[in-house]
Amino acid sequence: MDFLFITQQSLSAAIGVNTIIFALAAIGLNMHFGYTGLLNFGQAGFLAVGAYSVAVSVVSFNVSLWVALLIGIVNSIILALLLGIPTLRLRADYLAIVTIAAGEIIRQVARSATFNKTLGGSDGITGKFGKEFFDLNPFTAGLDLPFLRFTPNDLWVVVVGWALVAVILFLMWLLVNSPWGRLLKAIREDEDAVRSLGKNVYLYKIQSLIAGGVIGSIGGFVYALSRQSVQPDNYGTALTFFAYTVLILGGAARVLAPIAGAVIFWFLLVFVEQMLRQAVSAGYIPEWLIGVNQVGQIRFMLVGLGLMMLMIFRPQGIFGDRKELALDARA
Amino acid sequence: MSSIAFTLLTSLFFSAIATSASAATPTYIQGTLVDSTKAPIAGVTISATGPNNFSGESISDASGKWKIEVPAAAVYQVSINQEQLPSGQALTDPAKAIIKANVISLGFDVTILFPIGPGVEKATDLERSAQLLADGLILALVIALAALGLNLVFGTTGLTNFAHGELLTLGGLLTYYLSAVVGLKVFLAIPLAVALSALIGGYLQDKFLWQPLRRRGTGLIAALIVSIGLAILIRYFFLFIFGGDTRQLPEYAGQAGLALGPVSITPKSIITSSIGLAMLVIATLWLSRSHMGKASRAVADNPALASSSGIEVERVIRAVWILGATLASFAGIMVTVNQGVSFVMGQDLLLLIFAAVTLGGLGTINGALIGSLVIGVSIQLSTLFIPTELKYVGALVILILILLVRPQGILGKKGRIG
Repeated sequence: MDFLFITQQSLSAAIGVNTIIFALAAIGLNMHFGYTGLLNFGQAGFLAVGAYSVAVSVVSFNVSLWVALLIGIVNSIILALLLGIPTLRLRADYLAIVTIAAGEIIRQVARSATFNKTLGGSDGITGKFGKEFFDLNPFTAGLDLPFLRFTPNDLWVVVVGWALVAVILFLMWLLVNSPWGRLLKAIREDEDAVRSLGKNVYLYKIQSLIAGGVIGSIGGFVYALSRQSVQPDNYGTALTFFAYTVLILGGAARVLAPIAGAVIFWFLLVFVEQMLRQAVSAGYIPEWLIGVNQVGQIRFMLVGLGLMMLMIFRPQGIFGDRKELALDARA
Repeated sequence: MSSIAFTLLTSLFFSAIATSASAATPTYIQGTLVDSTKAPIAGVTISATGPNNFSGESISDASGKWKIEVPAAAVYQVSINQEQLPSGQALTDPAKAIIKANVISLGFDVTILFPIGPGVEKATDLERSAQLLADGLILALVIALAALGLNLVFGTTGLTNFAHGELLTLGGLLTYYLSAVVGLKVFLAIPLAVALSALIGGYLQDKFLWQPLRRRGTGLIAALIVSIGLAILIRYFFLFIFGGDTRQLPEYAGQAGLALGPVSITPKSIITSSIGLAMLVIATLWLSRSHMGKASRAVADNPALASSSGIEVERVIRAVWILGATLASFAGIMVTVNQGVSFVMGQDLLLLIFAAVTLGGLGTINGALIGSLVIGVSIQLSTLFIPTELKYVGALVILILILLVRPQGILGKKGRIG
């Protein structure tokens, strides 16, 4: 067993591109679920809109990347309005069903052969649409330390990505500690009480949906740019559920929780995978029990089990405060 | 939905696949043309175009095989000359006349499948409507069987169960293992699989997971997220033991359809649908007539009051779970017998089940049935107007539109609006 390699892979994943993507998705969900109590199960749809806006604008319509990013943000606001107007009057569990449906609609339309020409069908879009971003890359060499390893491009994405996360978290911190943020928390705790104070709950819920959705779509930008490709099946319900796992692991309704959750989630995911993989190939685990190709499935079984256990035994996550989050309230 | 797991897995870690194979390796895009009875089709021209003005052609040989050598790793457009297909045969999905072949790396051949069957597009719209209506009613039955259990569990315990789809997969997989591995006849394997599903997915699941959670006072949203975790755990466990492919039962796999007027239905479909319909009717009667059924509605209405008037709430909930698992597993078996079983079968149907339940009204029995009928039939009939691949999108759009005008669903009560 090559423990150095395992550590290198796990640590690189823990602060790597995927961690940034899931952290951004979870920060958005934190706004929705953690602070406002909205069960948005269509977060993958927001990431998809962000990613596809960039890829389609640049590849199919030859728009500059920076304009494409703006288009992505506008599109995610439109999606939030489309989703929010019909559904935010419904109870939490209905909202969950409708948003998960909306996320699937986006994915299935994106992968359909009907819109093959613009959206790329089930293969998605691959191209150099991140060229303008990578042209700015100051790193000529990658990072190759015993414990960390990034290619020059990944290093650039990671540095910019974490800077972005820091800015967004700072804004989030300002927002949730403002009167506006306190109102969201009040909606989460008791909608009727807020309404009795003459506040338009519906309007605030839509604002929350937009804010979290835009943050999610920024995660989509990172997803698309880091790979220079978008593939529809990456934006399925699994993405949303893993983002929830990340959020709940860290602790919902805590500003820094999505970061902690994403770092731990990806560290464990890659660590378990690499350990199992090496244990299988070194013969510590017999082939009839776990094949090399089955390691990935064990990993995701552990994610599912972990989510259940967290929710049952520690719903406030690692850093959350049980009193802060009234998850047990009849929504 | 089926490939989420794999693509997520592969794309996250292996987004850059090594292109180390030597350029001299001949690489082919290839395939075998067969009709719906697996008989080879010869003499059909397949052509491929790609970057750098590449174009190549191949004519299928006596065994239906064709292959085109390609010069570089790229995405190629592979098309079939439909006019050369024998009469009575056509592409079952007209959108597949041109297929993208992604040659990832030289040395790795890519196999392309053109789905060919009895020409559907030659049927008139009226005949197609009749066939689609029949298909839609069968789909509605599958959805209704699953939706009834989901709705009952929701009604009595408030749980929105995202792991309900896995009950369908459980029924299907048990039938597969009992028939293909243990070697039982399919008609024996099915009742056994239903009984086992009721035991594992109904009795044991409630006894060892949900009842303890209710005792702990776990909240509804927390329980909902637990069910998501459970669904992920079980789905990947199924993938772990069963693999990612769709498999057919050893018997009745390639059954020919019976022509009933304009509609063609296989005997196995008629038999499974009849049993399914009977189960649905019995379950509905049981719920409306029997003591236990009435008790379940009392629990749904007001658990505390039901309990104080002598109803054993926990026993009622257990019965509801067992009934739900029984019906859902048979829904899964209907799909398995007619289309084969895969580990994502339940997940694929879950959204439609939710759509049906939401449409009809969460927690109402008749609502679940009406919602299923609307969703099942509209999914199939919508293919008259929209491409087949977008039929689920159509159903989900209908769901959202109906919620706009009638947020409580067709038969639901106002109470659900937040």
